[in-house]
Amino acid sequence: MRLNETDVNRSQGADVLAPRDESELAAIIAESHASARPLRIVGGGTRVKMVETEHSRLLTTRQLSGIVTYEPGELTLIARAGTPVEEIEQMLAAERQTLAFEPMDHRSLLASKGTPTIGGVVSANVSGPRRVQVGACRDHLLGIRFVDGRGRIIKNGGRVMKNVTGLNLGKLLCGAYGALGVLTEVALKTLPMAESEQTLIFGGISVAEAVEIFLAGLSTPFEISGAAFHGGSAWLRIEGLSHQVEYRRERLTALFRHRTIDICKDEKSKALWRSLRDLRHFSDTTDAVWRIFVKPTDAPAVVTALQTLGGQVSLDWGGGLIWYCGIGDAVSVRKAAGSGQATLVRGGALCGDLIFAPERKGVAELSAALRRTFDPARIFNVGLMGSLDADKVY
Amino acid sequence: MSMIAMPIPDEGIIARKSEIVAALAAALPAEIIISDPEETRAYECDALTAYRCPPLAVVLPRTTEEVATAMRICHGLRVPVIPRGAGTSLAGGALPTADSVVIGTMRLREFLEIDTANRFIRVQTGVTNLSVSAELEAEGFFYAPDPSSQLACTIAGNIAMNSGGAHCLKYGVTINNLLGVRMVLSTGEIVELGGPLLGASGLDILALICGSEGQLAIVTEATLRILPKPEGARPILIGFDSAEIAGECVAQIIRSGVLPVAIEYMDEMCVRAVEAFAKAGYPNCAAVLIVEVEGSEAEIDDQTQRIRAIAAEFDPVEFRTSSNAAESLAIWKGRKSAFGAMGRLGDYLCLDGTVPVSMLPYTLKRIGELAKDYNLEVANVFHAGDGNMHPLILFNANRPGELERAEALGNDILRLCVDVGGCLSGEHGVGVEKRDLMATQFAPDDMAIQMEIKDAFDPEWLLNPAKVFPLDVSRPHRERGARCD
Ligand SMILES: Cc1cc2nc3c(=O)[nH]c(=O)nc-3n(C[C@H](O)[C@H](O)[C@H](O)COP(=O)(O)OP(=O)(O)OC[C@H]3O[C@@H](n4cnc5c(N)ncnc54)[C@H](O)[C@@H]3O)c2cc1C
Repeated sequence: MRLNETDVNRSQGADVLAPRDESELAAIIAESHASARPLRIVGGGTRVKMVETEHSRLLTTRQLSGIVTYEPGELTLIARAGTPVEEIEQMLAAERQTLAFEPMDHRSLLASKGTPTIGGVVSANVSGPRRVQVGACRDHLLGIRFVDGRGRIIKNGGRVMKNVTGLNLGKLLCGAYGALGVLTEVALKTLPMAESEQTLIFGGISVAEAVEIFLAGLSTPFEISGAAFHGGSAWLRIEGLSHQVEYRRERLTALFRHRTIDICKDEKSKALWRSLRDLRHFSDTTDAVWRIFVKPTDAPAVVTALQTLGGQVSLDWGGGLIWYCGIGDAVSVRKAAGSGQATLVRGGALCGDLIFAPERKGVAELSAALRRTFDPARIFNVGLMGSLDADKVY
Repeated sequence: MSMIAMPIPDEGIIARKSEIVAALAAALPAEIIISDPEETRAYECDALTAYRCPPLAVVLPRTTEEVATAMRICHGLRVPVIPRGAGTSLAGGALPTADSVVIGTMRLREFLEIDTANRFIRVQTGVTNLSVSAELEAEGFFYAPDPSSQLACTIAGNIAMNSGGAHCLKYGVTINNLLGVRMVLSTGEIVELGGPLLGASGLDILALICGSEGQLAIVTEATLRILPKPEGARPILIGFDSAEIAGECVAQIIRSGVLPVAIEYMDEMCVRAVEAFAKAGYPNCAAVLIVEVEGSEAEIDDQTQRIRAIAAEFDPVEFRTSSNAAESLAIWKGRKSAFGAMGRLGDYLCLDGTVPVSMLPYTLKRIGELAKDYNLEVANVFHAGDGNMHPLILFNANRPGELERAEALGNDILRLCVDVGGCLSGEHGVGVEKRDLMATQFAPDDMAIQMEIKDAFDPEWLLNPAKVFPLDVSRPHRERGARCD
């Protein structure tokens, strides 16, 4: 159960633990708990460069792989945490279904190799452009199995869409970056692929105009499923049944009749959104990349403030998400973000990566209490999630 | 008489009633405190009316700060607190104990902020579910979760139970439409989670609060995601002469790629009751589906045709579309009056399990068999698109032993839901009703961690302590809580 370190693209460090099943994982964690030896948890290792903590042993869920069940008629998929996302997407595509939250592939942005796993996607709540219409990864998560910081194997949720039995731990672990437990299995809702899609392209516009277009588009009933901006162009995506998409395109072009609009369809549109999703436009620089959540109406002002720091921006989620790629330091970026929330996603020249926005006091205390509950010996991803305030309270 | 036990109330607390009421009265306006036994009776139960117990006192604050004050006092005096919204819980979530203070949030009724540009509304949680959409009507927006009880139930209760409704198939349940809350912890501390942003870093504590059945905090404000209203919506009624075939048709529609906003199911018994009560003009057949689609006229026609083609393979006895608002109302009328109509037939228990959609036909068949074994009648009316079943068990409360028999049948049906891969509760919550069944769905460690989370939020176990977890399982936590200072 020990892998060669190069298998997970790790540049330094000692042993890599790669349990083959849940009980092996539970044994490793129980032992780490007893000896209070920290573990750094990775899936396929596509983001492993991001954090390096001293004295941690690396643990990968890569060998906990395979699809447990897939029921297209029920729109549900259960997969082990280490299952490659690609394998899942292929299996779904064969049934013309998909993970509607369209998780981003970080490899081009982070210049990493590895194989993205579904457990990694869920742990980081990775949600692409369609977030604006269908919700985040956590909204598609139906259930989980995981091992907590004492080595207990725990299940929560299930495989059905509606389930309010007990506390919802799935959504809590989704986006917890492994700080509360190691996922071994996830149940996700799948959705039929759209029969057709089209993208309206608005060229030569400013950020403020883009946000105006987003607000107008997203206030219509036409179910815009992507609203992004970069380099003077804004894009609105519509998806659905063929007639529906034609009709919606007509209505939207009428709504924006004073603007010049280009249209791209199906395969071309798909390729465009894949590239936007993966931030290909920031893959040829090495500057730091920040993810900033804002109120869409605040986006133009925040962008103006960011631009004075130097660098470039793109928008997603109808202006609710700003990607900033530049050399601004953390304090200046947070200041520019105003009431928004900035997370460092690619370190660039800044030291450390994946640095989260500080939490409000009461919230930080609750987070710390939850971490103590799930991981009393503090062995999971120490110094990563909520590392700033929560750790002080800890 | 009945099967669900509540913990023996703490006589020490009951004996201190006047001290407790005095402490509340010293810090809060007199008009928000109720302690007269005649008046506290109004709070003795929720919609699970088989169980009743007036609380020691009731506080009905009008601000978050008043909630915090009341909570702080109860915390200082170690008095259990039962949060309450409108009291429509079907699971006994708001059922008091004799040694508890009810803190009701129904007077927190302000709409604080409407921001259609950023697509959210911020409200105090005592507003009713329906009033939120009503408030947004003029702006062309709505709030999606729509429990059948929406005229009465509050956003507070919706958040506590993570409530759903008929249109959740497309729009999701409360948690998918909740962006942030302001809440009061058991110590009286006020904490804010989330807000209008579409994302947040840090742990998703909001997802823990939503559905925590009043056991972690009292929620006083909520930021809710709002959506532009669809251009139009139209229901289709499809009749089948076999319940199982209707179930199969549901699975096919789900799979096809048409995404209806709702697929509702009613069985023969329910249809007959509804006809007698509301004369909705439903066909006389074994099962009726109501499928609602949304969009422009052309989009609705397109989707209707697709559904017609799918249904045709299952040989429906009727496929009724609507061509105007009156016809749409008529199709929904029966479904909307189902609970009232069933009430006419006598007492009933309304269950709430979920099963995988592919297991609907089998589950319906087994429920029929179980009902025969127990010599009771069960009607089925539910949200079929997501497999969320509401079997209604009819019984006569005046006949000795019949409630107990109905409850035993209910437990068997819920166990069946778990056995076929589903769960004990799809939208009503666990409360006291399903509390003692939790071990059928959860292994000891699965439950332990949930109770440890409650320990972290509410070390003294003051908030709604006798709910959700079987009493023998939660006892060590509650007793430790009672000892902690
Ligand atoms: C006829 C009928 C139809 C129904 N249909 C549906 C349906 O379609 N879908 C559905 O999901 N439910 C349905 N319900 C169940 C019920 O309406 C919901 O659970 C509702 O959300 C409860 O809201 P309430 O305001 O009445 O809460 P209450 O019944 O007062 O309380 C419910 C729970 O919330 C807790 N609570 C209340 N206020 C707070 C607060 N401020 N902070 C923290 N916790 C709090 C209580 O302690 C309790 O555990 C139905 C009920 C009836 C009677």
